[in-house]
Amino acid sequence: MTEQQYTYAVARIRSKELSLLSKSDIEQLMNCKSEKECLRLLTDKGWGKSEDENAEQLLNAEHEKTWELMHELVEDMSVFHTFLIGNDFHNLKAAIKQVYMDSEITDIYISHGTIKPELIYRAVKEHEFSQLPPHLSACAEEAYQIQLHTGDSQLCDIILDKVALETIYQEGKASGNELLSLYAELKVASSDIKIALRSVKTGKDKNFIERALAECESLDIRKLTVAALGGEEEICNYLSTTDYADAVSALKESPSAFERWCDNLIIKHIRPQKSNPFTISPLAAYILARENEIKTVRILLSGKRNDISDDSIRERLREMYV
Amino acid sequence: MKFDINTLGIVLALLGAVLAALMAGIGSAIAVGMGGQAAAGVVTEDPGKFGKVLILQLLPGTQGIYGLLIAFITLTQIGVIGGGGAEVTFAKGLLYFAACLPMAIVGYYSAVSQAKASVGSIGVVAKRPEQFGKAMLFPIMVETYAIFALLISILAITGVGNLNI
Repeated sequence: MTEQQYTYAVARIRSKELSLLSKSDIEQLMNCKSEKECLRLLTDKGWGKSEDENAEQLLNAEHEKTWELMHELVEDMSVFHTFLIGNDFHNLKAAIKQVYMDSEITDIYISHGTIKPELIYRAVKEHEFSQLPPHLSACAEEAYQIQLHTGDSQLCDIILDKVALETIYQEGKASGNELLSLYAELKVASSDIKIALRSVKTGKDKNFIERALAECESLDIRKLTVAALGGEEEICNYLSTTDYADAVSALKESPSAFERWCDNLIIKHIRPQKSNPFTISPLAAYILARENEIKTVRILLSGKRNDISDDSIRERLREMYV
Repeated sequence: MKFDINTLGIVLALLGAVLAALMAGIGSAIAVGMGGQAAAGVVTEDPGKFGKVLILQLLPGTQGIYGLLIAFITLTQIGVIGGGGAEVTFAKGLLYFAACLPMAIVGYYSAVSQAKASVGSIGVVAKRPEQFGKAMLFPIMVETYAIFALLISILAITGVGNLNI
């Protein structure tokens, strides 16, 4: 992969970055009185595909637009496997649940994975897990058997979530790209911290925590497990000795403040890509910026829809890339 | 028949001229190509910026012209163009060859480096077209070193022509 390969793509992304929502755009949305007014403003800014869309349709349309653009710019989409592989695991979980419930449910699959959701569903339905790629097949069979014999959906999810994190981590590190590698590291580390915190809140045992945490460089999961068994304070004490010391204040504030901190951390790390004219990194940064933007708008619209106070919505708003 | 080393003089001088045109030309072709890719990316989204990005794309093309100029001067000096049949000894041929090297080597590398600066500046124009003047200065800075190489190659080639060796 030579850096010239993405010269055209990065130049197009530079122009596309002009239409990303800025802090002042978010402020404008905050000043809208209702969800409808927000939707109108977003439509005026070119969001969505038609005028009469509801919030979810509008956000889905924007998600689709991002990936359509990437398909147009990048010939070999395997460079984005670090981002896409998580969708395969979501689709696998959905397929296992659908087969277990023996029901026809629509709209539970996510598009833009590395393989088609129909293939995953067929593999689970026919118990032909060898049809799946290696990163999915072994864990799919184990998770399916657990779901089938114990009915324990949480255990099934944990098995798949852990393999998902491990696969994202491997893909990120193997990509040879600094940004994708960093993204994988932050994704796994933040997920581990969230798992540890939830385990404390729900009183999970050591076996469960060990089964759920995924290895990464910036966290020692053995120490995190011990800390999680000791309680939230112990997790904070352990984190203050790691690269995630800044997360402690957010953790003490609220779980949503920590979620926001994780997203803002990624945005902080991808910002330098705004001035990088080569490599796949600016494209990866654009994808993350768009996902962050869509997430922020979703929070804002849902807040407006449910008449949540502006202060509460603001607490949850993410920093913007531009 | 005894081999006369001086017959290699013109070969070396010609090799120098060819290298200057070849390397600077290759550098510029790569560079303008890179600039073109970036320019096309911007124009796809905003055709109104065509004029500005075209100038930035063309900036690294000058090295190819400088290489051509050096080759032309050398070929004239050694009598390949315009006749004259000046005798080029081995020493003189070697000196012509050396005189062409600054343009050949600096021409290639400065073109490729200038292309990177141009692509960066095209990114600036994509986002802030009003900063075109400033953006143009960054690749122009790289041009300075290509001009230095051109200057030294011209001085050396004309100087070698006046030497009596």
